[in-house]
Amino acid sequence: MSATLTAGFADPALDAQRCFRAVLEAMARPGRVQRIAAGPEAPPPLGPAAATVLLTLADADTPVWLDAGPQAAAWLRFHAGCPIVAAPGEAGFALACGAPPPLHDLAPGSEEEPQRSATLILQVAFLAEEGGWRLTGPGIEHEHRLRVDGAPPGFAADWAGNRALFPRGIDLILCAGDRLAALPRTTRLEIG
Amino acid sequence: MSATQTRSAEGAAAAGGEHRSRGPAGPDAGYNFGYLDENTKRMIRRALLKAVAIPGHQVPFGSREMPLPYGWGTGGIQVTAAVIGPDDTLKVIDQGADDTTNAVSIRRFFARVTGVETTERTAEATIIQTRHRIPETPLHEGQVLVYQVPMPEPLFRLEPSVTETRRMHALADYSLMHVKLYEDIVRHGHIATSYNYPVMVNGRYLMSPSPIPAFDNPKMHRMPALQLFGAGREKRIYAVPPWTEVRSLDFEDHPFEPVRADAACALCGSRESYLDEVVTDDRGGRMFVCSDTDYCHTRQARREAAE
Repeated sequence: MSATLTAGFADPALDAQRCFRAVLEAMARPGRVQRIAAGPEAPPPLGPAAATVLLTLADADTPVWLDAGPQAAAWLRFHAGCPIVAAPGEAGFALACGAPPPLHDLAPGSEEEPQRSATLILQVAFLAEEGGWRLTGPGIEHEHRLRVDGAPPGFAADWAGNRALFPRGIDLILCAGDRLAALPRTTRLEIG
Repeated sequence: MSATQTRSAEGAAAAGGEHRSRGPAGPDAGYNFGYLDENTKRMIRRALLKAVAIPGHQVPFGSREMPLPYGWGTGGIQVTAAVIGPDDTLKVIDQGADDTTNAVSIRRFFARVTGVETTERTAEATIIQTRHRIPETPLHEGQVLVYQVPMPEPLFRLEPSVTETRRMHALADYSLMHVKLYEDIVRHGHIATSYNYPVMVNGRYLMSPSPIPAFDNPKMHRMPALQLFGAGREKRIYAVPPWTEVRSLDFEDHPFEPVRADAACALCGSRESYLDEVVTDDRGGRMFVCSDTDYCHTRQARREAAE
């Protein structure tokens, strides 16, 4: 590895706070797209939103699994100080830039401690609030529409299986460039 | 900082019609933004996200020592500290009032460690930290309501073991609570719980709404704002996302009935708001006034303007 490490947050306290509020808002209102103001210079293929989310939430207490290559792993390990794990099932946060691991390979938590489940951060090509998936559930007044370009094939069926585990289950943060949206395990997803 | 001084200073500002104030020239340089260190904030933030994803489920967190004792809102303060940013406007209420010791000192604390703007107006606030009330003014999207919670476990008077209650939550076995409400009806003819009235969140988790009056319970149902709960001593965080179903437990033949004193507010005349009974002398004199001071002041000002 020869490349120099690029910078993390310019202002760690305030940058992390802004990003957290965007993620909290996204998780509380599934399908609403949030924008990340200015992300750190993360090595590709890490996009600004995914990189900012990881720097905001990951640290020494959260094992991270990622498929973004050694440069991104080194960047993340340096700035967040998080252990990088080889198996998706051991991760607190899983970052998928390509095809994600099947949802049932990630830790779903237990019935008594459903909070000990993984959060999947999935990089997709594009996110918008019109057309596409029809979302209902907590956080949504009637229904939200979310268009996701580049979601893995068969995702809707996989998600239905995840939702059936409730209160166990994976929570999902979708990132595209500087945009992000979230699907907590409670969200019902219909195509079209 | 003396509580009496704070109170009179803030009281004077409020009487002068000044409802907004800025922290003393930005945050105190001696502290990290929001008082807590970044590791702690990250831990609380992760707990908050899981809490929002599992509505009504209590998520354990590593509650920190705060510069005030447990029981004074340390859970709520830690949640607020993890959420708040420089663009936020903070309102803090204690039993509905903006000008009591607890509310004033927490508001001053955040003005000092974050430099955020504070307000007494419900509609202007982006974050409202509350002890035991939900404001009368309906909350809107974009607002966050942070509750201070003394005891997060709704079943704790019925089952003292945390291991047992955790299993009951896992199995959604809430028969103990139904039996308790049934016994209330047998003994008293009605459900004798006027505050901290248990609710079911999203049809799955039994949740303590913190000791708000049962009168406030219906406001939690499908509230447009995000509701976060922090219990500092008990080290638990839980949440209700916006627009989520929150039902007060009841029976078909004994439906839930919120209680309200049958009187009008002596200051603003409201017949809708939740009232506090105030003893005015030692000869049995008493009056009813709104518990929500901002609501009451707004109504009084509107009435004066109309006259």
